[in-house]
Amino acid sequence: MNDVQGSQAWSSIFRPGSIFRKGYSDSPRNRSYVIMNSVLYHLHPVKVKRHAVKVSYTLCLGGLSFFLFILLTVTGIFLMFFYRPTAAQAWDDIYVLQTSVTFGLLVRNMHRWAAHLMVITVFLHMARVFYHGAYKPPREFNWVVGVILLTLTLLLSFTGYLLPWDQLALWAVTVGTNMMGFTPVFGDQVRFVLLGGVEIGTDTLLRWYVLHVLMLPFVLVIFLAVHFWRVRKDGGISGPL
Amino acid sequence: MAEVPEHLLKRAQEARERAEAQKGGGDAAAPESSGGESSDAPAPESSGGPKIPDHLLDRSKSARDQAASGGAAPAAAAAVATAPMPAQPEPTGPGGGTQRLLTVVKSGSIQDVKATPTDKVHVWPHLLVVEFVAALIFTAFTLIFSIFVNAPLLELANFNETPNPSKAPWYFLGLQELLTMFHPMVAGVTIPGIALFLLILAPYIDRNPSKKPEDRKFAISLMTLHLMFWAILVLIGSFFRGPGFNFVFPWEVGLFFDL
Repeated sequence: MNDVQGSQAWSSIFRPGSIFRKGYSDSPRNRSYVIMNSVLYHLHPVKVKRHAVKVSYTLCLGGLSFFLFILLTVTGIFLMFFYRPTAAQAWDDIYVLQTSVTFGLLVRNMHRWAAHLMVITVFLHMARVFYHGAYKPPREFNWVVGVILLTLTLLLSFTGYLLPWDQLALWAVTVGTNMMGFTPVFGDQVRFVLLGGVEIGTDTLLRWYVLHVLMLPFVLVIFLAVHFWRVRKDGGISGPL
Repeated sequence: MAEVPEHLLKRAQEARERAEAQKGGGDAAAPESSGGESSDAPAPESSGGPKIPDHLLDRSKSARDQAASGGAAPAAAAAVATAPMPAQPEPTGPGGGTQRLLTVVKSGSIQDVKATPTDKVHVWPHLLVVEFVAALIFTAFTLIFSIFVNAPLLELANFNETPNPSKAPWYFLGLQELLTMFHPMVAGVTIPGIALFLLILAPYIDRNPSKKPEDRKFAISLMTLHLMFWAILVLIGSFFRGPGFNFVFPWEVGLFFDL
């Protein structure tokens, strides 16, 4: 084991201070290394204000929203293996997924419930930030980014709603898109672009599928990056009241 | 006016008393302190020329004159400028020379202390542990909930069979509820559009810098009303709308709600 840990290959993989080099002993230096040597944890600064770790202040809502997004990405990738976005196949694929694929039903359930949960946590996160006055300078712009993220979350949820192609999906989306058709001046065009035609059909399914699995997550991740970056640049999470 | 530190005031006071004592005590010292001043002044000026700039010497000289004419009741500010300079300067400096106070500057006006010390903790373990536990709880909850409750999959989409009632996803049911009251353009576009627009502009509309709840009663009330408005509409749309989107009580006719 010592030979492996002393090898060049090993030390090229694990950076100085990594727990996989010398093990972990608790010291301020090693505590810093844990954050600095991890690409994921590095979203965090090495140190934060003491009140920032109080659960009663943040209720973890922002972090949980992000975590649910990751959970939805993982379960969503799984679902993509078994799904074809055409009117002729979509419903059957979901049905087969639920009945014949190992853990298919469970993963679909998780994807569904996590999606609803994410809408709730994002919404509550917004309320929490408002009641703490955390949108005030210097964090005004990050609030704007946050509202955009809320809108994107709703759109992601809504585009996913159509994909099972059952009665619930079809008519919920019909109600929703009919409303958008009342946009003044170019309402019909908005509806046409959204549906990929004058009526909901297989083109709509393909369009919303691409929006749901690729385009909206892509845009969301960009805004998410800006959101997290600005949290740190604006001086960490807002101070105690 | 800058506040003069106490120890300087004290020193000035002592020096002034010493000067007073000398003036009253020794007659021989008297001409030196009052009349002899003007004649004495050029002498140190020539010797100390290379060390002390002329304008500073001029300024101290005029201050000295003022103090001499002002007599026993000098202004507080003048006292600071003149007091450590008695008639017979005591050599107190490092090389046996005279020290004098040129000016008193409040600390904040030159040095700007930016780094106020804050109480900080390491993200590992203090924050990561909390995040990990929260993520774990949510994963466990989603997993267990998913084992027992299945996501709905109704029959295949059918354009010829409209379910009654037809409902949007729950987060849009507030809008669908508005549809029962207003023209579709108002309910579906204008009201949510304005709400979203105001939400985005909130930090630019609310110019109150305070974050304390007691200073933000109006903002908090308004937001609470806004959130309640949507929450109640969503609840009514979800649970109290039956066939034909008519108002019903769920305990009488059952639920018409799918997630």
